[in-house]
Amino acid sequence: METKKQGSKTRQEEDRRPLFFGLGFGILFGFLLHKGGATKYDVIVGQLLLTDYTVLKIMLSAIVTGMIGIYLMKSMGWIKLSIKSGSVGKNVIGGLIFGVGFAVLGYCPGTIAGAIGNGYLDAIVGGLAGILLGTWIFAVIYPKLKDGILKKGDFGDITFPRLFKVNDWVVVVPAAVLIILILVWLERAGF
Amino acid sequence: MTTIASIFTEPYWSPYAVGIGIGILSWLSFLISGKPIATSTSFAQTGGMIENIITGGKADKRPYYKKIKLKINWQWMLVVGVVLGSFLSAIISGDFQVGVWVPSLWASAFGDSALLRVFVAVVGGVILGFGARFGDGCTSGHGISGTLQLAVSSWVSAILFFIGGIITAHVIYFVIA
Repeated sequence: METKKQGSKTRQEEDRRPLFFGLGFGILFGFLLHKGGATKYDVIVGQLLLTDYTVLKIMLSAIVTGMIGIYLMKSMGWIKLSIKSGSVGKNVIGGLIFGVGFAVLGYCPGTIAGAIGNGYLDAIVGGLAGILLGTWIFAVIYPKLKDGILKKGDFGDITFPRLFKVNDWVVVVPAAVLIILILVWLERAGF
Repeated sequence: MTTIASIFTEPYWSPYAVGIGIGILSWLSFLISGKPIATSTSFAQTGGMIENIITGGKADKRPYYKKIKLKINWQWMLVVGVVLGSFLSAIISGDFQVGVWVPSLWASAFGDSALLRVFVAVVGGVILGFGARFGDGCTSGHGISGTLQLAVSSWVSAILFFIGGIITAHVIYFVIA
């Protein structure tokens, strides 16, 4: 109730603070992506060729760290989750198309912003223009897709704990253990 | 000798340090801004803003742009921040690339033609941008922020990003090359 009130108040005042927070989080995110090497084509495509596991190590350690903290804060009532609703048509087909583009371009939307900051000209001149064009093509044909393929096999904004109808921690703890075991195995195997 | 300053001028950090850092950043983003870190919608907004400039407001009539709203918001500024943050890290660690059109892995298989690489990057970008909007998220929004919340849609997407990406990368480097 209280948060709702605050929300409408900030909207009326056209609060600009969120823009500065967004910028600040972005600077930290970009800084980290560069330090991890994730702003480089060779590192990203090396992951997809299964010769360089940097990207997977970054993602899995971010997921395990983020997940524990987010679910702790959720159980304290500090935050609310923000779950995207999904469908087979949207996530399976969209995911595959994205994957193809990911390998052909060698950057993704977040890392291309990082690659631009890192100075890579193929990202600035080629990749950015391509991504903008691709999103525009989607916007143009969206009316034809939105009630068809994008709704096929709709499963809504569900999480694994809700899908299995269990307490959050029944999923969080095994998921964290599993991810850590995968990371330990990757290191032991010399990747 | 490692000092506080030399940590920041180091070009590479351990992927685990980076991952844990991004995980902690996701806590702060939820706690302070009430939002998950994501990037791809901002590219769609930019595309719509460009269409608006060229056509004098035609994009505003498209249902998709009405849905995502064509304005500079928190996430759009986040993407600007990523460019700046990466630039900052690259500059202080002496890793800023000048005049690099062709990544070395690409050059090892397809030569050092900038034109070919840029053409392929445009094609890849079109597919990526279209796919990111079709699947409603990218490697940040689904791959990190969605998976860490244990969202079913995001795990399905993230797994398919890698299935599609791994197959395509192998086709590019082992069949086409």
